Amino acid sequence: MPMRRARSLVPLVGVLPFFAYLLLFLLIPTVVVIVGAFQENGSFSLSNIHALTNAATVDALRSSVVLSASTAVIGGLLGALLAAVIASAPETSLVRRAVLALSGSLAQTGGVSLAFAWMATIGLGGTLTTMVQNALSIDITASGWLYEMPGLILVYCYFQIPLMVIVFLPALDGLRPQWREAAQTLGANRFQYFTQVAIPLLLPAFLGSLLLLFANAFAAYATAAALVSQGSSILPLMIRAALTSEVVLGQQHLAYAIALEMIVVVALIMGAYAWLLRRSSRWMR
Amino acid sequence: MNARRLAVAASAMLAMTAVSACSSAPPSKSGGNSSAAATATSAADLGGMSKLVAAAKKEGSLNVIALPPDWANYGAIIKAFSDKYGIKVNSAQPDAASQDEINAAKQLKGRPTAPDVFDLGQAVALANTDLYAPYKVSEFDKIPSQFKDADGTWVNDYGGYMSIGYDAKKVPAVTSVSDLLKPAYKGKVALNGDPTQAGAGFSGVVMAAVANGGSADNIAPGVKFFSQLKKAGNFLPVDPTPATIEAGQTPVVIDWDYTNAAETAKLPSWKVVVPGDHPVGGYYYQAINKDAPHPAAARLWEEFLYSPQGQNLFLQGGARPVLADQMKSDGTLDTAAYKKLPPVKGTPVLLTQAQNTKAAAYLAKNWASEVK
Repeated sequence: MPMRRARSLVPLVGVLPFFAYLLLFLLIPTVVVIVGAFQENGSFSLSNIHALTNAATVDALRSSVVLSASTAVIGGLLGALLAAVIASAPETSLVRRAVLALSGSLAQTGGVSLAFAWMATIGLGGTLTTMVQNALSIDITASGWLYEMPGLILVYCYFQIPLMVIVFLPALDGLRPQWREAAQTLGANRFQYFTQVAIPLLLPAFLGSLLLLFANAFAAYATAAALVSQGSSILPLMIRAALTSEVVLGQQHLAYAIALEMIVVVALIMGAYAWLLRRSSRWMR
Repeated sequence: MNARRLAVAASAMLAMTAVSACSSAPPSKSGGNSSAAATATSAADLGGMSKLVAAAKKEGSLNVIALPPDWANYGAIIKAFSDKYGIKVNSAQPDAASQDEINAAKQLKGRPTAPDVFDLGQAVALANTDLYAPYKVSEFDKIPSQFKDADGTWVNDYGGYMSIGYDAKKVPAVTSVSDLLKPAYKGKVALNGDPTQAGAGFSGVVMAAVANGGSADNIAPGVKFFSQLKKAGNFLPVDPTPATIEAGQTPVVIDWDYTNAAETAKLPSWKVVVPGDHPVGGYYYQAINKDAPHPAAARLWEEFLYSPQGQNLFLQGGARPVLADQMKSDGTLDTAAYKKLPPVKGTPVLLTQAQNTKAAAYLAKNWASEVK
């Protein structure tokens, strides 16, 4: 018996580096954040957890949720449409491969470079701004909306749409032609097939993708940090302010508390995602 | 020192990680910290300037942090120091904020890459005095007492006044703070940094407060002013940098007069006014890290900054050196550079530590909800 048990442990050796990685970069930081959130001046304290109910922090949470939800819905709908278009193309199609390759890289385009790209295009004195100004005498950046919430929504959609294409396409590909043929054989028209077969089948995957997009936007930091300099409208920027402010000092542990709040939100979202994924995978094997 | 630059803001959270990741470079000179220089409170403690210079040269390098090359002329100052003494200056995170300097000192403590010297805003400087090594430069006695700690734990190095810079080609001349509410400045007024985060932005609110019936003890009118500015559509939520100023994207900038004045050299139509009869002043704080890996070089750096050469270099960057009055009477002041400073009239408003804390608490509570 001991021999057999030893052998069954052998495959685990291969995943050891992965567990070590999880420990170093996920578990330890999470524990540090949780412990830090409940401390002040070196002893246990709930003051920073209480501070999460301050008007400014609640506002930031609301803005973060609005930003994440709206870009998840906009990105999700547009991304799903785009995915549907390329799913109907054969796998060898050039358009399909081009869109997929482009989505793969654009979904990862974020951070400072993306923010600067937008500033250079439609920011103050940006290329497009100047062209529109010269041609139509309209100032499309009036009062700098790009540097506030509407700007964040626009810029986030830039990486949300391609991400949706990548995560939703497998679900579309999983719709077997036989199902449509079966529905047609039974007398369903196109509309009925969509509303009674395709959409119910795809709904869990679609909602799951929305949750993934939500979490993606919720945790994004660098793009917003590069765009927004006045105010800390969303939670990641509040963490920055708490850590680096040279005016309001001693807020390091508030940063931990906000980080904990974000972990809780993302954990809830990912829990719901896992549940939806199980539902959709029932049909998609 | 100033939380101005975009890219840096983005990396602020990871800054510490980045610094520690790069720290494998120079081998530890562990002998340095235990040397006599580490406890010397003046050059005389080491046997005079020549001994200090020799000890600093032996250490061979100096770690500075959060000194942007275009801020108060630090680029030229670092070069001049390096050329004069043959000491290599490692300038880390030039665009970092004051709090980043303290964080770096704590996280890198005992390592050869820890910062040797600090240049800090008031609030951060006075909250961390237990991290500094007291040291009196040879000019120490000439520095007015309100600009230094009696033991030399910290000493103000340079300062300036809150100002409004504007591009005379793009907007009408600004004469007072209230001018900025006029329709001519719609979408044109930028503030250097969020007042709850950056010292310059904070002082901008104090300036607006003083101009609107408030005072160092009552900054509420300043917050109200920015709230009106925002409602009028005049407040531009863009971080002003030399690039945005030169590109005409931020035609009006509220910032320290030395940063604003430095722009005039590049953009001749850039005018700078220090508005009102009670200019809001602010001085930076110079201090030595008590755990400096290069204690002698750190002390020599201080000697250099307060020498006429160092002080004039600040002045040439548009900052007001703390020894300006003394140097004027000594005849060592660069008067040509001094004349270029924006004119200031009236009694300056300088916040005490208590006023600073009170104002910061008020901002933390009210700024975000008022100005949106």
